[in-house]
Amino acid sequence: MAVCIAAFAKENYPLYIRSVPTQNELKFHYTVHTSLDVVEEKISAVGKSLGDQRELYLGLLYPTEDYKVYGYVTNSKVKFVIVVDSSNTSLRDNEIRSMFRKLHNSFTDVMCNPFYNPGDPIQSKAFNGIVSGMMVQTG
Amino acid sequence: MDQESAAASGGSLIALSEHEQRYYSGLHALCQAADAPGKLSSGKVAELFKASQLPPESLHKVTEVCGAKHLGYFGTPQFYIALKLLAAAQSGLPIRPESVTANLPLPRFAGLKTEPEMRYAAAAPPGADALGALCGSAPGSVSWTPADRSAFRHPETNADKKELWSPPRSPCSSPPRSPLTHRSYPYTKQRNGVDPQITYESMHSPQPMAQLEQHSSPSHYATNPTPEHPAVLQASSAERLSQQGTADYSDDDPWRITAEQLEYYTNQFKSLQPDLGALILGAVVKNFFTKSKLPIPELSHIWELSDVDRDGALTFTEFCIAFHLIVARKNGYPLPESLPPTLQLGFVQHEEDIPDTPESSEPLIVFEDAEPRPCPMERSLAERLQPSSSTSTSKQELEEKFLKEDLGVKNSSSSQDKQTLQQGAFPERPELPHDCDPQMKTKTRPRSYSSTSIEDAMKKAEEPPTPPPRPQKSHSRASSLDLNKLLQQGASGVKSGWLLPPPALPPRPSASQVPHFLSASEKASQNKVQQPNFADFSHFREEEESGVKPEDQAPGSRFGPSTEDLNSSKQDVSGASHSQVPQKPIRRKYLPESQNLEIGPPPAMPFPPPAKPSQKLLSRQKREIQMAIRKNRETNAVLTRLNSELQQQLKVVHQERVTLESQLELLRPLASM
Repeated sequence: MAVCIAAFAKENYPLYIRSVPTQNELKFHYTVHTSLDVVEEKISAVGKSLGDQRELYLGLLYPTEDYKVYGYVTNSKVKFVIVVDSSNTSLRDNEIRSMFRKLHNSFTDVMCNPFYNPGDPIQSKAFNGIVSGMMVQTG
Repeated sequence: MDQESAAASGGSLIALSEHEQRYYSGLHALCQAADAPGKLSSGKVAELFKASQLPPESLHKVTEVCGAKHLGYFGTPQFYIALKLLAAAQSGLPIRPESVTANLPLPRFAGLKTEPEMRYAAAAPPGADALGALCGSAPGSVSWTPADRSAFRHPETNADKKELWSPPRSPCSSPPRSPLTHRSYPYTKQRNGVDPQITYESMHSPQPMAQLEQHSSPSHYATNPTPEHPAVLQASSAERLSQQGTADYSDDDPWRITAEQLEYYTNQFKSLQPDLGALILGAVVKNFFTKSKLPIPELSHIWELSDVDRDGALTFTEFCIAFHLIVARKNGYPLPESLPPTLQLGFVQHEEDIPDTPESSEPLIVFEDAEPRPCPMERSLAERLQPSSSTSTSKQELEEKFLKEDLGVKNSSSSQDKQTLQQGAFPERPELPHDCDPQMKTKTRPRSYSSTSIEDAMKKAEEPPTPPPRPQKSHSRASSLDLNKLLQQGASGVKSGWLLPPPALPPRPSASQVPHFLSASEKASQNKVQQPNFADFSHFREEEESGVKPEDQAPGSRFGPSTEDLNSSKQDVSGASHSQVPQKPIRRKYLPESQNLEIGPPPAMPFPPPAKPSQKLLSRQKREIQMAIRKNRETNAVLTRLNSELQQQLKVVHQERVTLESQLELLRPLASM
């Protein structure tokens, strides 16, 4: 159901961005870029109070009139951002969580591949497949 | 007709064009039987006919018409006629003796097509289309050049072929040579029926591109070219050379691993990791496979395909798959998007297939059953896989967590999976739960390195501190219980009636206390009724002594004093108040501060003076009520004690948490760097 899915490294440069191609991709890139600020804010806020109990799923970062942005960060500070279309019947939180879970799993697979250097753009077909699966559902 | 065609052995009566002449003689040479020159090996002819992709009944008809059936073997004329009839059938003409004379295009054999077309510059290569799916245009174009060369060498190759075919299906003598020779060989032989002549020619050509070319000789024809192979394959990765497989006659699937290849892979695996049951780490694999000079994205893709359990390391099975994919890629096969099923099962089945080579058993030609035979085997293997895969997936499900698990957990699970795989498998059938691969992938796999390791570590670090306090409890309780049980032995059955329903929290203490109390009280009451106080004194002193003993046994335990306190409280209650006064100060020494409270209630408990016999009933009732009150108070005391202890533990845990958090805060700036 996602319209755009992106993954960022710890240093906040993008490892992977993909959007539904029919729409203006630049808009999504911009949205995702701005959402990084929100992610950083959430990470830093939560981190001080609870320490290790920081939740990986950040939830709704911010909604706009057209779409909603959800965030997720791993323990190694790799961030995933999913942009979903607001016009969709609102996806339940669990569904978004499961999407992030799949992304995270697929990402660790990519990491496990010894031929992948961390920090390289992700070119794994399996990862692409998973992302496509999540995006195709939008139709 | 037969006689005519027989007379036309040289092609005189049957008008064979020059193309046909050459083509047929080439094919004829291919099918030469070792023992009977002039007779063609029916097995090879059968394979050739199968490659023509005609339905079995038409093939039978061809056999019949050409006269081989009549003769019982394929002689040269029969063979030529059969070829003609195949051409007729392929162009849609009925299979009849008359059609032999028609002007027909060359019969097409799947894979054999390319050869005549290349050679004779015929129309666009349909063969290339068939093979084009397998390889890109580059190798296809490359294949022309060897073909051109082949045209020149054709007369020579015929002779070569004959000697090549002499040991028709001997499992390769090649292995010693193989490391130098073939790279392209292996998979080629497994490809869908390419003309063996192509194979020959490509083999003779020293071209480097030969490696990439699809020389897929049909598996049937494949075998023997090997010995003739000059080092077509260069050295680029000498270590990659897979052994010359004997032809996998039963199936020309390129993804099947033959026995020689398996053996080669095993040797390579051993060179990296002597223990066949162990894993090769990803870094080691990376170095090794990088030598193959495939581009990194392709190697990355191969890794994704072959590391089925996603643990960052390769088992022997996975290693074989990866190696096989690399060799196939080197030979020009595009990498599949997902693991072909035969690849997983292939190098298992091959060992079955060799004894089961389908053809050549029957006198004439067997068309049908070569293909279906591998399928039941696949199915049986698949069935066998299901239980193992189900167990392995269930294991993974059990260990499934959202966030990745520790290395230890994952390794144990994956090693369990591999052991189940290896046990049934390694000698013959490595079992791969590939059918469950999508399931495995969708389920969260135990991860090699846990991104939540911090959280897990924290949680696990917090767990160990908690157990130590408990044994003290149990130990002390146990001691008190034992004591109680000792004392209870003399108690009458009435005590059960006095047992109040224990409060929710510590049933044990109340139960233990209550019977103890009861027993003591019973004894006390009995003593009171029967004897004066000094009998109680003696009784109580015994209790105190026995109470002191557990205290000595568990020195320093918080609960030791508590049990003693309880004992003392009971004694206080049940015995004469006066008699207990001297005893109390002694006991009080053991009590920790927090338990000073409990001392209060017991002494506060009013102790009813022994009732006069005349007031027995009333006193008894009073006593009963008072005993009940005492019990409640004691349970209250116990509960308060428990509460204080738990509070202390909570403080300790809080302190630990604070220290851990502070440590984490210290580490955080480092981590964020």
